Amino acid sequence: MPQIDQLAEIWSSQVFWTLVFFGITFFVIGRGMVPKVMETVGMRDKQISDDLAAAQAARDAADAQEEAWRERENANRAKAQGLIAEAKASAAAASEKKLAAAQKRLDTKLAKAEADIEAARTSAMAEIEDVALEATQDIVSRLAGTKVDKRSARSAVKKALANG
Amino acid sequence: MAADAGKVDPMKQFQVEPLFGSESWEIAGYGIAFTNSAVWMAITVALLWAFVFGGMKRELVPGRWQMAVETFTGFIDDMLEANVGKEGRKYLPYIFSLFMFILFANLLGLVPVGIIPGVHAFTFTSHFTVTGVLAILSFSIVLIVGFWKHGFKFFSLFVPHGTPIWLLWLIPVIELISFMVRPFSLALRLFVAMMAGHVLLKVLSSFVIDSINGGAVFGAFIGVPSLILMVAISALEILVAGIQAYVFALLTSLYINDAEHLH
Repeated sequence: MPQIDQLAEIWSSQVFWTLVFFGITFFVIGRGMVPKVMETVGMRDKQISDDLAAAQAARDAADAQEEAWRERENANRAKAQGLIAEAKASAAAASEKKLAAAQKRLDTKLAKAEADIEAARTSAMAEIEDVALEATQDIVSRLAGTKVDKRSARSAVKKALANG
Repeated sequence: MAADAGKVDPMKQFQVEPLFGSESWEIAGYGIAFTNSAVWMAITVALLWAFVFGGMKRELVPGRWQMAVETFTGFIDDMLEANVGKEGRKYLPYIFSLFMFILFANLLGLVPVGIIPGVHAFTFTSHFTVTGVLAILSFSIVLIVGFWKHGFKFFSLFVPHGTPIWLLWLIPVIELISFMVRPFSLALRLFVAMMAGHVLLKVLSSFVIDSINGGAVFGAFIGVPSLILMVAISALEILVAGIQAYVFALLTSLYINDAEHLH
């Protein structure tokens, strides 16, 4: 094979040109160009990770804002609920007071009416007694021609009324 | 190649010829004739430069070409990261150059430029004088890094962990031999793989030519199957071109890992 047959005459040329061209490859391409390619890749990776971090930060901020908003909303709702409850309570208290006052008025009216009725009845009773007394005296004087004094007539009437 | 007289010499493709009347070039008595081998090295470097240059547009959103170049650099970078670790980064220029130089050389040797009259493809990675230089470079880097980082402790590489004391006279010898064999295995593996594939293709092509010259029957029964086999082997050779470049780079990075971390 020529690799061995020609060895004596070509080895130095082969070694020399391999070193030259691999040297060019290493120093120009490997050392000169590859780091720049890698740098671009690194820059892109950094950009991507930065963008991701920014997106994450924005998302966190949005979450925080939403959380704050929710808290505020909850507080507002709670406040509103408190206001409603308070209004309800005060309204209930007011109506209760009104009811109580009305009840009181009614009660007094009722009591007065009852008292009036009682008084009317008492006076009516007294009047009936008087009328009955007079009638008794009248009847007795007309029938028996005798005058009955007021006291005995009254006791008789009372007796009759109590039985009646 | 040698279409004249219908004879194909499968070894002729490995012949090194001085070009441009450079036979007499020499430095200190050593001939440095600019040969067809050197021409193909120059073509390899030029194409590799053009390839990587196309990937230097440094765009944040890469185009196809830039993506291709970044795929290769990223591939080597990942390999070094996996085999050497963080310290592997600084070997990226060397391993990348090595891998791409061998890969382009292997692939260029498979390009059928022979169909252009007077042009002959030459696969310089099929010469152990070339692969030997690359292997010695890799081996030297391992030695220099190893002794630079660890000094004489580098010799502990030859005493693996858990070596029984009564085997201390034998294991280091075996380890030393396996260590010293590395540059040879590196160089020979690539050279043999490249040469075998090209010889096989050339032998098959001589089957095709000779059988067709021998008549239609021979041509149909030997020439056609040989041609089909050649197509299949050409595909295989493209695979081998990539694998051999990868193996060379991978083994070099593994050896560098030994030098960086001992074991």
